[in-house]
Order: sequence, then structure tokens, then C-alpha cells
Amino acid sequence: MSNNSTPRMPHFVAELDEGGLGAVDAVRVSARKSNLWLDAWRDLRGRWMFWASGVFVLILIVVALFPGLFVQVGPNDCALSNSNAGPEPGHPLGFDFQGCDVYSRVIYGTSTSLSVGVLVTLIIAVIGIVVGAFAGFFGGWVDALLMRVGDMFFAIPYVLAAVVIMSMFLANRNILVISLAIGLFGWPALARILRSEILRVRSADYVMASEALGVSKVRTMFAHVLPNSIAPVIVVSTIGLAAAITAEATLSFLGVGLPGDVVSWGKDIADAQIRLRTDPMPLIYPSIALSLTVLSFIMLGETVRDALDPKARALR
Amino acid sequence: MTGYILRRLLQAIPVFLGATFLIFSMVFLLPGDPILALFGDKTPTDAQYAALMAEYNLDQPFFTRYLIYLGDLFTGDLGTTFRGQSVNEILARTFPVTLRLALLAIAIQLVFGVIVGLIAGLRKNSVFDHVSMLISLLLISVPVFVLAFVAQFFLGIQLGIFRPTVSRGVPWMDLMLPAIVLAALNFAYVVRLTRASVIETRQQDFVRMAFGKGLSTRRVIPVHVLRNSMIPVTTNLAADFGILIVGATVTEGIFNVPGVGNELFGAIRRHDAPEIVSIVTVLVVIYVIVNLLIDLLYGVLDPRIRYVK
Amino acid sequence: MSDANVPLLSVQNLEVAFRTQDGIVPAVRGVSFDIYPGETMAIVGESGSGKSTTAHAIINLLPGSGRVTGGEVNFQGRDLTKLNRSQIEDVRGKLIGLVPQDPMNSLNPVHRIGFQVEETILANGLASNRRAARKRAVQVLQEAGLADAESRLRQFPHEFSGGMRQRVLIGIGLSSHPELLIADEPTSALDVTVQKKILDHLAELAAESNTAMLFITHDLGLAAERAENLVVMHRGRIVESGPALEILQNPQHPYTQRLVSAAPSIASTRIQAVSSHDDLGESIEITDTAGAADLAAVGVAAAHPVAESAEPAIEFRGVTKVFKIRGTGFSSQRFTAVDDISFQVPKGTTMAIVGESGSGKSTAAKLLLRLEQKTAGSILVNGTDTDTLGRSELQALRRQMQPVFQDPYGSLDPLHNIGNTVAEPLRVHDVGDAAFRRARVLEVLDQVALPASVVDRYPNELSGGQRQRVAVARALALKPEIVVLDEAVSALDVLVQAQVLSLLADLQSELNLTYLFITHDLAVVRVIADHVCVMEKGRIVEQGTVDDIFANPQEEYTERLLSAIPGAGITLGAG
Repeated sequence: MSNNSTPRMPHFVAELDEGGLGAVDAVRVSARKSNLWLDAWRDLRGRWMFWASGVFVLILIVVALFPGLFVQVGPNDCALSNSNAGPEPGHPLGFDFQGCDVYSRVIYGTSTSLSVGVLVTLIIAVIGIVVGAFAGFFGGWVDALLMRVGDMFFAIPYVLAAVVIMSMFLANRNILVISLAIGLFGWPALARILRSEILRVRSADYVMASEALGVSKVRTMFAHVLPNSIAPVIVVSTIGLAAAITAEATLSFLGVGLPGDVVSWGKDIADAQIRLRTDPMPLIYPSIALSLTVLSFIMLGETVRDALDPKARALR
Repeated sequence: MTGYILRRLLQAIPVFLGATFLIFSMVFLLPGDPILALFGDKTPTDAQYAALMAEYNLDQPFFTRYLIYLGDLFTGDLGTTFRGQSVNEILARTFPVTLRLALLAIAIQLVFGVIVGLIAGLRKNSVFDHVSMLISLLLISVPVFVLAFVAQFFLGIQLGIFRPTVSRGVPWMDLMLPAIVLAALNFAYVVRLTRASVIETRQQDFVRMAFGKGLSTRRVIPVHVLRNSMIPVTTNLAADFGILIVGATVTEGIFNVPGVGNELFGAIRRHDAPEIVSIVTVLVVIYVIVNLLIDLLYGVLDPRIRYVK
Repeated sequence: MSDANVPLLSVQNLEVAFRTQDGIVPAVRGVSFDIYPGETMAIVGESGSGKSTTAHAIINLLPGSGRVTGGEVNFQGRDLTKLNRSQIEDVRGKLIGLVPQDPMNSLNPVHRIGFQVEETILANGLASNRRAARKRAVQVLQEAGLADAESRLRQFPHEFSGGMRQRVLIGIGLSSHPELLIADEPTSALDVTVQKKILDHLAELAAESNTAMLFITHDLGLAAERAENLVVMHRGRIVESGPALEILQNPQHPYTQRLVSAAPSIASTRIQAVSSHDDLGESIEITDTAGAADLAAVGVAAAHPVAESAEPAIEFRGVTKVFKIRGTGFSSQRFTAVDDISFQVPKGTTMAIVGESGSGKSTAAKLLLRLEQKTAGSILVNGTDTDTLGRSELQALRRQMQPVFQDPYGSLDPLHNIGNTVAEPLRVHDVGDAAFRRARVLEVLDQVALPASVVDRYPNELSGGQRQRVAVARALALKPEIVVLDEAVSALDVLVQAQVLSLLADLQSELNLTYLFITHDLAVVRVIADHVCVMEKGRIVEQGTVDDIFANPQEEYTERLLSAIPGAGITLGAG
């Protein structure tokens, strides 16, 4: 093995660093505590997108809850004499075809969109978490059965399903019904995500350690598995909220959404389309409102996802 | 590989049955009489009512109707609409149009989406990256019908680049604008997915090894980075397709494209239950088949999957 | 024809830094060494020492956030750090080959093996068309020691075992007979018998074509065995360098001295517990005097007193475990993980179960912990057959047996702070009140030499070794009699590993613990265990006291395992 023809390497010893070598593996007591949620929060704090979208969402919530604070005129106080009139004092965005105040309808539409968004998200969360948790936790035939059922629901695009349901539902179209219609076929994706997180976490050593300790499987599930699996669910739900808002608008646009007395941006857009060439504004304002609302939820969801995902953080 | 194909086929069958059952249930089990719905504000006479009931088997119990419906489906008979037209004939007329529109949209979204995503992923945090992320964010947020109107207004009416609505005979050029609108949402998703996938693949050990063994960048990027990044994009195509179906319904309405979506849209307006059921069933069947094909494509792209259950 | 007196590769004051969230962090801080044609050199260091970074910087294979910030890398008259992208791409593969660390992930899973070998051949100009490349590829695989090379070309990486994949990678690395081959921990992910074969083969191939080799490794024994010259790195700097044997027999720098005394393959006797408890302070300090006295490892010849007690703490009688794996479709295969094993572990001693992957050793541990149900046989704890126990008795039994698992990054719930994690066993078994539990947690953390302030911290603030100590603390909370350690130190750096092993030895003597120690590393067995069972494919091949087995192995498999320990054959002088 030794090669006699190459010059012999000198034996070099470096100077000791000042401060010496130090103890092996000493605990470095760092200034700040760190776990997934704390780190995520610190990460979020520094992102302008989080603040921009977060603040906007807060504003939306306030507008949805207290529309009267923002506008005096009612959304259904319409006078045909004002049909398509332009902006005037007290009516900054003008009037639509029916003579209704556009600004007022934009403001009041907020609560419709947000209500549906929140309800759909809750419905999907409840069904999706239960199904995903059972499937991931029990495995075996329970898992196979639940996933098959999920596939069946997943096979029908949820907006299409909602369209079909709503078109059959003639009486009683209210916010709850439309939310159920959207949520009923929207849960499989969430269930699948939770299930795969649970499967990932279940194989971790700390779960095995917990079982070896004598902790019951159920308690391990709630104390260790679920909390560590829940992060992607939060992200998907936030983005799902945006999708639900879009879905409601699409349904209203197609004419199978909420009834006439409920203010919906989608319906307003549909109503305004006939006069698009001559009076585009009654279409554009609710469109902007809808787009900004959806945008802010998506931005919020994405920043939260980037903050929670250790891989994404490392990449920055 | 054949084992994998067979398994996927077998799994598709219960999904198909379950999905069709769900559709049927949705339409006929919900409160609300379909015949009354059909008549809207008007009320049918007893004679009309009885006739329609008999013709559409609505006097039979639910399960019998479902079985009849399934039986008809297998023989290719999609029934007649409440207006008396044959659904088969309607589909024969409208389907090719939608197919062309869809193919155009898929081509646009995939080609441009992958290219933009690849560049954004390779040049992370560059101006190009930030701009494309911003644009894709906007495209995801703006609902398809809003986008359609905006496109129609600016590109069609104001700037006159495209025809605002489709003309008779539906030449390919006329489909460009609706196709672009239809492709927009999925384009955004494809860009993001490709970008994330490229970034992740780029860091993998085998990419570093590819460079280490002496391959040039010009070879490593397409053969190793892009090729592997396509796997997640492919699996996403299934969800893409679902979005496409819904988007087509809306887009065809706005641009007046005489396709399946437009027909469905009309059927919904008219509360034509048999037609809705038939068209939605066909769409779902196509969706299931497309999912199957995509699964198979995934098996081709990723050889590991052929051996795993 | 290279001049033997001119270095092939001359690294001068190399500096590499990474851009991270916390700013620019230097990883390599002024490293210099020369490699001569045909020579084998090893860079040794723990994780974070910068050894891998140095090697990758030579061919500019740093991840996106890394940059060479200073120094030169002179190779055949050119400074590689100044080359542009296509120039360095020319050098890579053709003049300087690379064998990567992780064979499992270093081949593209979607392309066939042949494709990946052929593209290398074509890119490095060794063949001009597809057919010639194909022929060359077959040769490469054959030289790499793969039988059936022709049909292997059409297979995908996931159809190959780890050892086979590494052979392919070695073949690829040597395919153009480069002047220098950089091997980055080429065998650390492989079983020990496979390691030896591959390293032998590599040495053969390199000798044939007079290829110089640069080995990166954390294993001192391996470095001593395979390399002529050695460079020891610590925190981005070289602390000692020179002829390998000389450094190992006469380490001058305190850090090298620590490494030498801590390396289990080189240490030759069982760690004896530190006799007095006062020596354990806030953290295990290793003073800078020569010969790591506080580790109390090498050279202490006192026999370890084995308590004579009536019944063994653990006894396995004819235990078998068969798994049913669902195959494709409806078929299911039966897989015998553990096949009729029997052994006894006397109280207060350490029994090591050693084997390579697939030997069933981990399954045996899980059977004892009742994480899996045995198919046949009986397991007795302190003389009582566990099958005869009712539910509450079983729960009591769990208090007596506690586990420590392998993965320090997975063994603690990231969402619970250390205090909660260590207290969990106490809560689950309803021991004491909150105040008592708090006191017990502090007591047990002190026993593992962790400061009390750690109680509010979360796992990802601690290092791997510290997390393992927390895992040990959690295991001790209930004052068990038996601790099952499943590869508990395998993922740790050498010095940290020695520290944890020493800690375990102390705790054993202080608390009269019985250890069941699962490991793949025979060298560690030497240092920690009294008895050993050697397992292969589910069966116990040989068992006995550690001294007997090491001095007089009876079975061929045991002999193979022993001879495969890197650096075992090296005798050292006094430290």
C-alpha cells in the first residue's frame, strides 16, 4: 500500500485554538426557544405578504360582520330610475342595471362570501379530519374502505356536484345549503392529506417510544400523532377557504346559487354581463372585490405553508 | 407492469359505480320534485305530469330506476332529455367542439406552464421567478368567469385581437381566446408545481452525482432534473382535469362555444333533470378514464411504482 | 505520465462559506494538503468538520448556497477554483472521479442503470457512439464486480441492493480511469461485510490504474487501514496531518487524541464505569491532557464484576416471529424475522445483539418490549413468563423495561418540551404528584449530565447526542431494571458516541441496570457489552461472552464480521 516513490508527508500539528477544545457536546443554551410553531411564527412575522394578506383578511371580517359601518345605503334599495347611472356623492361606484348602489352591494356581498367560505371550510374540515384520522389510525380494511369512498366522491369535481345539487334544490336555497353542497364533495383531498401525514408520523420513533411506555394507542394518537399531523391541514384549509369563495361565486354566476335577496358578487357579475360592452363598471367592481378576497386568503395560506414547511424554510 | 394496469382497472370499477350512484342520488333523492322543477313557475296538468312520470320511469322505486339507468348506460343509451332530444345526438354534436377546446387548453397550460416553471425553479429568487409567482398568484385568485370577461373585454372588444365570441363552425382560431382563459388557472398551478418540483429535484443526491460524474448542465437539466420533476406534475393532471370540466362549462357560456359545457349550462337553467344526469355522468366517466390513464402514465414515468401495491 | 515528485492535487488555504438565514457561515477555513499520484489520502472528521465540503469544493460541487471564498485548488497545473462551468465539467468524471456517500439516493430512480452508465461514458469521451458506449458500460459493470452485467444494464436502481448500487457508482467513478478519485464516505451506509468487500475491490481497481484516492470518512479505523496519509479536520480547519499510522500511534493534537481514544474499533476493552459519582459534573468534561483520562476507556484492565443472581433478567426461549406481508393482489408472503432464538441476560450486565440489516435483531428488541407479538416461544423477565401476565401486570412490567431508539431526530416529540417528554412515563403510570414528578425529572436529567435549564427547551434546540441523552433520561424516569437500546448510538459522532456509552456504563453500575444493546457495529459491542449474540437472517449464529467471541470466534460468519471491522487489525502504542 505504501508508495515509496512519493515524498513522505510531514507530520503537521496545528496550534490549539484559543479557548481550548471545549467539552464534548456541551449544551448551548440559546437565547430563544424553538419548536415548529414558534419558529413558524417568527418566520411569518418577517414576511410582508403575511401582514398584507392578514390585515386585509381582518378588514374583510370586519366588513362582513358590520357592513352598516361602511355604507349607509342598503344593497336592495334599488330604483330603476338610477339604472346605470354613474358615480355621484354618496354613491361612489355608481349604479347597476337595476338601479342598485354598486358600492353597497360590494360591501354586503362580503359577508355572503365569507360566510360560505367559513362554513364550507368547517364542513370539509370536520368530515376530512374524521375520515383521514380513522383511515390513518386504523389502517387495514377501514383505511381501504374509506379511501375507496373518498375516491368515489373525488371522482366528481366538487363544483360540478354542487351545481347539480343546487339545481335540484329549488326551495330553501340558503347559505347553509350551498355550503353543504360545496363541502359534500370537497373533503376527499383534505382526508387524503391528513391520512398521509398520520402515516408519516406514526412511523416516527417517538410514537413507538410512547407505545412502549404503555401509553394506550388512542392516547398516543391524540397526544402525539394528531398534533404533529395537523400543520398541512391548516394550510390546505386556508387555501380551501379561498376555493370555496370562488365556488360560491361560480354557482351564483351560473344561476344556481343563492336566492335573489341575498347579495352575492357572483350573481352581480352574471347580471352585469349583458351590458359589458357599454357599462363594464358594474361588472368590474364586484370582480375586483372577489379577486382581492380570494387573493388575500391564498396569500395567507401560502405564507403559512412556507413558514410551517421545514424544507421551504431551509431553501430561503 | 400489466399487474399494475390490471390493479388500477379493478380499482376504477367500484369508483365508477359509486360515482354514478352518487350523481343519480343527488338528482333524484333530493327534496324537490324534478318534474315540478322542470316547469318552473308554471304548473303541469295532471295528464302532463303522469305522462312525464311514466316516460322517465319516475314512478318506479329509486333502485329500479338506478338499475335501468345503469343498464342503459352500458348499452350506450343515454336517454332523452325532457325536451325530447336524444342525449346521444346532443353529445355527438357538442362533444367534438369541447374536445378541441380542451386539447388546446391542455396544450397551452402544459407547454407554457412547464417552461415558465422550469426557468423560475432554476433561477430561484430572480426577477423572473418573483414576477411569475406573482402572475400565477393572480391567475389563481381571479375566478375563471371574471378572467373570461376581462379577456373578452380587453382582448376581444377593445383591442380586437381575438373574436369576442365564437363564430359558426368553430374554427380553431376562434377557440384561442376561450382556450387561453380556460388554460389560465391550471397554467398557474402547473407553473407553481413545476417550480417547486424543480427546486426540490435540483437538490437531490442523484443530481449532484450526475454533475459529479462529468455530465454537462445542458444534459443534467432536461434528462435528470426536468424528467424527475414531471412526476408530481403528472399526478396533478387529474385534478387539473376536474378544474377543466368546470371551467369549460363557464367559459363556453361566455364565449358562446356550442360545446358540452354550454349544453349542460342550458340544461341546468331549464332544470332538465334527465339531461343533467346524462351529461354529468358522461363527464364523470371521462374523468375516471382520464384518471386511469394518468395513473398509467405515472407508472411509465416512475418505474418504482409498478412494483408497489 | 505524471512526475511522482509533483503533487497531483495541491490544495492551498482553501476557504468555503455558505449563505444561510443567519448570514455567511464559513465551513472550511484555510485548508492545505497535497496528494501525489497513486497515493491514498483520508480526511477524517466528525460531522460539521468541513471534510465533505472540502472534497466537494475541489470539483466545485457545492450546493447553491456554497461558495469558495479563498485559496486555490491546483490540479495538473490549473487552479480549479478559477475554471468556468464548462471547463470544470470537463474535469469532472474524466480527470477527477467521484463516489458519493449515499448509494440509495445517488442514482436517478427513473432511468435504467445502463442509461446512467452509458451517459457517463459518452459525456467523458470514452466512446463515440451508442454501441461502443454500451460495450464499454458492460465492461465497467463487470469490473465493478457485478455478475450478469448485460442483463443488469436494463434494470432500474431500485432493483439493486445498496452494495450493488455502490458498485455501480464506483464503476462510474472509475470508468474513465481518472487521475484522482474522491470517495465521500463510500461505505458508511452499507453493512459491514459488504463494506469490506467493496473497499477491497476499490483498492484493487485504484492500484491497477494508479489512481490517487481521497477518502472522506468519520471512521479513524477505516482511514488507518486504507490510507497512507491522513488529515484530521475539526471545525473547518486541519488540526493534524501526516502519515496515517504515525498519527494513530502517536497523536499530537488534543483533538486527534480524543478521537483516537474514543474510536471503538481501536479501543480494545470494555468501558469501565467511573468509580466515584463525584466525577460527573454538569457536562462530561474532557480535559486536554493526553490520553482522555476521564473517558476511562483504553487500558483499564479491571474486570467488570458480574453480579451472581438467581435468575436472569431477560430470557428468550425458542422465540420465533413470522410476519405476513401482503403481496400483490390477494397473496401474502410469510417472512420469518426471528427464528427460534434463545438466550439469557444476567442481571446487571449488558447483552449485545449484533447483526447486519435483516438479521432480526431489532425485531427481537421489539418482541421484548411487546411492540410486536411473538409467534412462538416464551419470553421471561426476571423469571416470570410474560404470557402469564394479566393486563395490569403487563402495565407494571412496562415500568421495568424502557426503550431508547436509534434516531435522535425522531425519538422525541418535537411539540413537547424536554420536561414534558421526560415526565411522560411518570404521568402515564400515575406516579406521584406534579411536584414529585418535577423533582424526579430534574434528578434524572442530572444523571445524564444535562443542565436543568434544558427542561423548558424543545428537541430541535438540542444536538443529536443531547437528544439521545434525553431519551435515556426518559427511559430512566421510572427506575426500570432493564433498558433496551436499539441502535441507540449508531447515529452519533464518534466523540459523542463515546460520551454516551461512557454515561451508559456509569448508569449501569450505579443503578444496577440490565442492558439489551442492539447494534450492527461489532466494535461498539467490544466496548460496551459483556455478552453477545450474533444474529444472521433471524437465527443466532453464535453467542457467548464478548471476550470469548472476539478472541475465539467459532462460526465463519462471526469471523467475517470481526475481520470486517475497519482498523481492527491495527495495534496502537500507548496514547
